[in-house]
Amino acid sequence: MISISGLIGQLFAIVLGLVLAPLLSGWVGMCRAWFQNRSAPPLFQPYYTLHKLFRKDVVLAHGASSLFRTAPFVIFGCMLAASAIIPSLSTDLPLAPAADTIALVGVFGLARIFISLAAMDVGTSFGTLGARREMLIGFLAEPALLMVIFTTALISQSTSLTTIVETLAHRDFVIYPSLAFAGIAFTFVSFAENARVPVDNPATHLELTMIHEAMILEYSGRHLALIEWAASLKLYAYSCLGLALFFPWGVAGSDNFIGLVAAIPVLLLKLGIGGVLLAGIETVNAKMRIFRAPEFLGTAFLLAVLGLLVRLLLETRV
Amino acid sequence: MPGLLSIDALLIAACCWLAIGLAGLLAPRNFFFISKTLFPLGALVGVLVGLLALASLGQRPEVAVLAIGLPDLPFHLRLDKLNAIFALLLGFASVGISVFAAGYFRKGEGAAPGLLCFWYHLFLASMLMVLLADDAYAFMVAWEGMAMSSYFLVTTDHQHAEIRRAGYLYLLVAHLGAIAILLSFGVMTSGSGDYSFAGMRAQHLSPMWASVAFLLALLGFGAKAGLVPVHVWLPEAHPAAPSPVSAMMSGVMLKTAIYGLLRVSFDLVGSPLWWWGVVAMSVGLVTALFGVLYSTVQSDMKRLLAYSSIENIGLIVVGIGLTLIFHSYHMETLAALSLTAVFFHCLSHASFKSLLFLTTGSVLHATKERSLGRLGGLIHRMPWVAWLALFGVVASAGLPPLSGFVSEWLLLQAFLFSPGLPHPWLNMLVPVAAAVVALVAALAGFTMVKFHGIIFLGQMREENLKDAHDAGPWEKFGLVWLALLGLFMGIFPSTVIAVIDGATRQLLGTGLAEQVREHGWWMLAPISPERASYQPLILLIIITAAVLLGRQLVHRLYHGRLRRSPAWDCGYFFQSSRAQDTAEGFSQPIRRIFEPLFRMRRHFPTIRDEKPYYSVEVEDPFWHWLYLPVARLTQAISLLIARLQGGRIAVYLLYSFLTLILLLLVARP
Repeated sequence: MISISGLIGQLFAIVLGLVLAPLLSGWVGMCRAWFQNRSAPPLFQPYYTLHKLFRKDVVLAHGASSLFRTAPFVIFGCMLAASAIIPSLSTDLPLAPAADTIALVGVFGLARIFISLAAMDVGTSFGTLGARREMLIGFLAEPALLMVIFTTALISQSTSLTTIVETLAHRDFVIYPSLAFAGIAFTFVSFAENARVPVDNPATHLELTMIHEAMILEYSGRHLALIEWAASLKLYAYSCLGLALFFPWGVAGSDNFIGLVAAIPVLLLKLGIGGVLLAGIETVNAKMRIFRAPEFLGTAFLLAVLGLLVRLLLETRV
Repeated sequence: MPGLLSIDALLIAACCWLAIGLAGLLAPRNFFFISKTLFPLGALVGVLVGLLALASLGQRPEVAVLAIGLPDLPFHLRLDKLNAIFALLLGFASVGISVFAAGYFRKGEGAAPGLLCFWYHLFLASMLMVLLADDAYAFMVAWEGMAMSSYFLVTTDHQHAEIRRAGYLYLLVAHLGAIAILLSFGVMTSGSGDYSFAGMRAQHLSPMWASVAFLLALLGFGAKAGLVPVHVWLPEAHPAAPSPVSAMMSGVMLKTAIYGLLRVSFDLVGSPLWWWGVVAMSVGLVTALFGVLYSTVQSDMKRLLAYSSIENIGLIVVGIGLTLIFHSYHMETLAALSLTAVFFHCLSHASFKSLLFLTTGSVLHATKERSLGRLGGLIHRMPWVAWLALFGVVASAGLPPLSGFVSEWLLLQAFLFSPGLPHPWLNMLVPVAAAVVALVAALAGFTMVKFHGIIFLGQMREENLKDAHDAGPWEKFGLVWLALLGLFMGIFPSTVIAVIDGATRQLLGTGLAEQVREHGWWMLAPISPERASYQPLILLIIITAAVLLGRQLVHRLYHGRLRRSPAWDCGYFFQSSRAQDTAEGFSQPIRRIFEPLFRMRRHFPTIRDEKPYYSVEVEDPFWHWLYLPVARLTQAISLLIARLQGGRIAVYLLYSFLTLILLLLVARP
């Protein structure tokens, strides 16, 4: 049943997600600048940007329809729902049964459909280009992500994220080869899904290479702010999902308020390290051509299926 | 209703449909009478059928014998839970489609409205009879009635040669399937001469003959459902037919084939063997992947949907295959899980695919255009149709919170449980199958974005689209009805599963409803909430709350100002509707990634061309791999046989003489 501490934990998770997500983006941007020997923007830069964008007027293209204006809110709602469901601090989340991991992939898919449709709405060349590429990345990444989830679900005998975290965090320390495969595949997928460097570049406005940026070219003001915020929330949600699946230690159990408070620094530490690694990988890699992306994600898909087969053939007795 | 059995009431409903059809023949040119009286009446009968089927789900099976048919062979009819589910589907889907049709058919288009009305209602009545039939004879009569009436509906605009060709192809494949079904029934009677289904159940077939019966049924019903390689009629017939007919065929008629397959493999033929499941699953996977890949590259909106129907049928057959595998190993709970997914997908596909076909009908009426390359920006002129189509798009892409996601979720859950299978080889196959299902689901999203984005969004690609108008009130009602059905099934899956439960219980002896009911109507947890749970209502509330609250907060804390300006597009000032992706351009990545799987004819411009142009044509490879060789072979054999016909009377006399001699030699007393 829903407990008070559960409610507090849930509220905490939502607020923390909203607050931490831009901070994580800022931290990654900062690390990236350091690695690349540039002077870094301040850590809180994403908040300034959001504030600036919210204040500005929305400049809407003449051809924009109602769908264009609805989409940013829907995307934001999807990402917020996703980050509310993923156990980042504690596994005692009243909202968690609303969606298991498969449904979570569906929520990400819903957001993707809306952003792609919105990109096609104004009817510019870049918009449709971005939408087409986003859907291309999407249909390659989604099955790989599902296969990663299948592997972890087979180990914990559940697709519910809270159960996965509880089983994986409280087991004896065993190294599952299948989890290694799944982990690599998940890393690949999250780079693609979050428009990070080997696949896309969040800082680019070069026509030939952009995917995510091409889709949101026509957005401005509060709409753009919401989309930016949703993008950081997506990065945050993916990071938390990765931590939940592969590094679930330190997440508080149910009815444990001290554990909840203690989980915050652990989460910050894990996200901080993750951000450094992300910036590092982005720095040492070059962005690849769009038609190398299928190979990249195909590799991820194969690795994930391999992980699943390894789990089924070699580890059935573990 | 005391005294009146549900099956009698359903028979009366079928007669009503027939009567409505005949009434149409009385005044074939009276347009107002037919479209505004008869079609709505047909929709009312549809409501009745749906409600009766729903009510009969809680009752015991009922039988009836009609004294029509051959001497000694009357029509046996039976209403049990399996066909009640499909009658429910037929009834509720036909409501939306009939109301839409009331507003759709226009004066002076195609065949006389009375004729259309007749075939349409005959089609409905024969589909209901197919479901109710309880002997092979009644089944085949109704089945042929369904094929024939839909043939005449497909060829409504028979002035065009390609439509006649599509109709011919449809009739040909339908009869190929009918022969296979008839043979399958013949095998199942195993020579006893008892053609009633009860008689077939009583037979104990040897595994070999049971397999023959199953494979024949798979071929026969697969030809109607659109399984690869007997799918070729679907992409031809659906664009040829008027949109309500395409909706009816894709949403409902394909499901009668699924019903037949379920009836044969779970009810009539006895206990299934495990490898039938593997065969069905493989065929289903190939069909699903083929269907979705080809649907992404289509440029004709109805053809795109037709291939998408092939994909969905493939997924349904994958579910049937998985159920057969579980069932043959007596893992009934898991079999119930995947069978529930099958039924759910049938219901959900009936709602969203009919909806999408009907929206193409509205677009076709508003613009006279079927090619995606000449549409665009219709959301400004047809907001109702565009937003309602979005329901179909999200459901068809298999995304929460609509109905398409639930069946996909159930199917994936069933796959996740499969490692319990006692067969190592199957254990290997199943994850690969799950991977393909995941890929198909993701590709369906691509297709649907293309469908909606190119038709309704962006700039208008042609001048005449400015005159497009939104759907009329009848059409809107039909669309809203189907969209609401999809929404309801998506948000209250547990309620729907409680309805499906009777049918799974009948086929497998167990169902999901008890476990599902235990956790409340808002929660879908087929095994236990710790294992997997999905609460679409809560999810929808979270997202809606975030949307509304976000909007309020942003407007309160900041402002809601807005101004209009030309599109920015990175500063490019040559912006025309031609700069958008065409239908071909949008699917170019798919053609490139899956190039070996497509058969393409392309023309690339060279630098010296005076008028450079690019064209691409994607063909169905099965024509070249299967159909054309078979056609050539048939032709060659016919030519050989035709040599007998020399045209000289002396030769014919010689034939008679030789035959006589031969008979005298062979048929000695």
